Amino acid sequence: MAKRVAIVGTGQTFHKSHRPDVNGQELINEAVQRALADADLTMKDIDAILIGNMDHFEGINYVDCWSVDGCGGVMKPVIKITTGGTTGASLAIGGYHMVGSGMFEKVLIIGWEKNSESDTTGAITTAFDPIWDRQVFAGAISGLAAEAQAYMARFGASDRDGARVSVRDRKHAMNNPHAQLRKEVSLEDVLASPMLADPIHLLDVCPRSDGACAVIMASEDSAEKICPVPDWIWGTSAHNTYSYLGDGDWGRLTSMEQCAKEVFKKAGIKEPRKELDVIEMYQPYSFAGLIWIEDMGIVGHGEAPQFVWDGNTDMGGELPVNPSGGVIACNPIGATGLIRCAEAAMQVMGKAEGRQVPDVKFAVSTGFGGCMWTNMLLHGKRKPN
Amino acid sequence: MSEIFKGIEPMVHNSKISVPYSWWAGDTASKFFISLRDARKIIAPRCGKCGKVFMPPRKVCPTCFTENTDWVDVSDEGTVVSYSVSRRQLEAIPGDKKVPVIWGLIKLDGADTALLHYLDEVDPGSVTIGMRVKAVFAESRTGGIRDISHFKPVK
Repeated sequence: MAKRVAIVGTGQTFHKSHRPDVNGQELINEAVQRALADADLTMKDIDAILIGNMDHFEGINYVDCWSVDGCGGVMKPVIKITTGGTTGASLAIGGYHMVGSGMFEKVLIIGWEKNSESDTTGAITTAFDPIWDRQVFAGAISGLAAEAQAYMARFGASDRDGARVSVRDRKHAMNNPHAQLRKEVSLEDVLASPMLADPIHLLDVCPRSDGACAVIMASEDSAEKICPVPDWIWGTSAHNTYSYLGDGDWGRLTSMEQCAKEVFKKAGIKEPRKELDVIEMYQPYSFAGLIWIEDMGIVGHGEAPQFVWDGNTDMGGELPVNPSGGVIACNPIGATGLIRCAEAAMQVMGKAEGRQVPDVKFAVSTGFGGCMWTNMLLHGKRKPN
Repeated sequence: MSEIFKGIEPMVHNSKISVPYSWWAGDTASKFFISLRDARKIIAPRCGKCGKVFMPPRKVCPTCFTENTDWVDVSDEGTVVSYSVSRRQLEAIPGDKKVPVIWGLIKLDGADTALLHYLDEVDPGSVTIGMRVKAVFAESRTGGIRDISHFKPVK
């Protein structure tokens, strides 16, 4: 009964810092309409819907029901998945499982957020243990700061190395009309921006955005009829690491390492640096652009700064990372992981317009969540064996 | 923004919802907190199978999946595994703490995992990974993790 699964359409809003002109359902609808148009399908063709966001951000806890007017879910099965930062990537993996099971032919997957409707740091703090970590700790940046400090101490990297990644992603965002922040910055701008939590400056981190993304997946029975060049999903992986911050292996992302091993094995990829053509990484801050490509196995431990300085991850380089501008340029959190998936799909389908990497055969997209968990999808142009 | 407003003033509705929570710490954490409060002693459960000593205390070993029944004494001194300095006075930072607030992941001698806590009595610029620190207990203790006020450098 297991079926091969492909992405046959994607749609996104033009993400902004706030969208007072639409409510949440209307925002969702913009992305859904664009995905349907991209695949040349109508809601009648859709068998089930997966939707997700961050519960606390809008204070609406039954989004699966509340959203039906906007998501098209009237009298259809609608399932909510919410897994913090990885929500969008978990939605994509859930959709892959539903279609791959053979029980649903075409599934519509939606990630969305209106970050402007609450206090993002306060809402994120509710993700941490109330008795322990939350008594000493606030928001998302502090955990990332611990990772960056440990990485710098272990491998001798500097804040300039981190800033180089931010300069790259913000430059790439200039090619993406959907990105919220489209302004080039210099290394000096990043290093001179206010310190939030040492060693992370304001321009090292992502913003908070209002936005939605929709992806349509179909099984091998219809994918090639819907779409001339579908984006085939070769493998998915998800790993969580711990409950308490003190259990982490700081300076390494072990969940990323494990996900990469699994998905590359499924596709027979032995040298990801050579065999991958593009990466859309859920990289909420600059230093992750160093640490996590090491854990992904692109380069060895401690080698990422030089690899990035040499331009290998820039557009036109050996392995471009985040042609969309990534999370540093745009972050509607419940949608962010699904945007990575959609952008990777667009690269494979040849629909990435001004941010297209030439001739993409394999692409990786990832999701990341605050307790250092990782989700990953491997996308390919060729139909899996 | 002008193109998305189309001349219509955007109405906004502010929430007045208040949902106060009460979180039960459970027997395992309570035993630890009572020891902190009444004896200023840091204790931790040890896995009978793999021998790992957990800080914060865990009722069940997350890898062996067996109940931790042994308790051991853990030192009030340890080593900084990582740290950061919060520079913004966020709402979520407790009101008695003023930025710059330094927090660290501290592996206490005798424990296998690190405890998240504040570092103080030290200049933010001189904190290092590997630094040795010691617990300072709060004068007034109520049975929570802040019965340890902070950790300070070992002289």
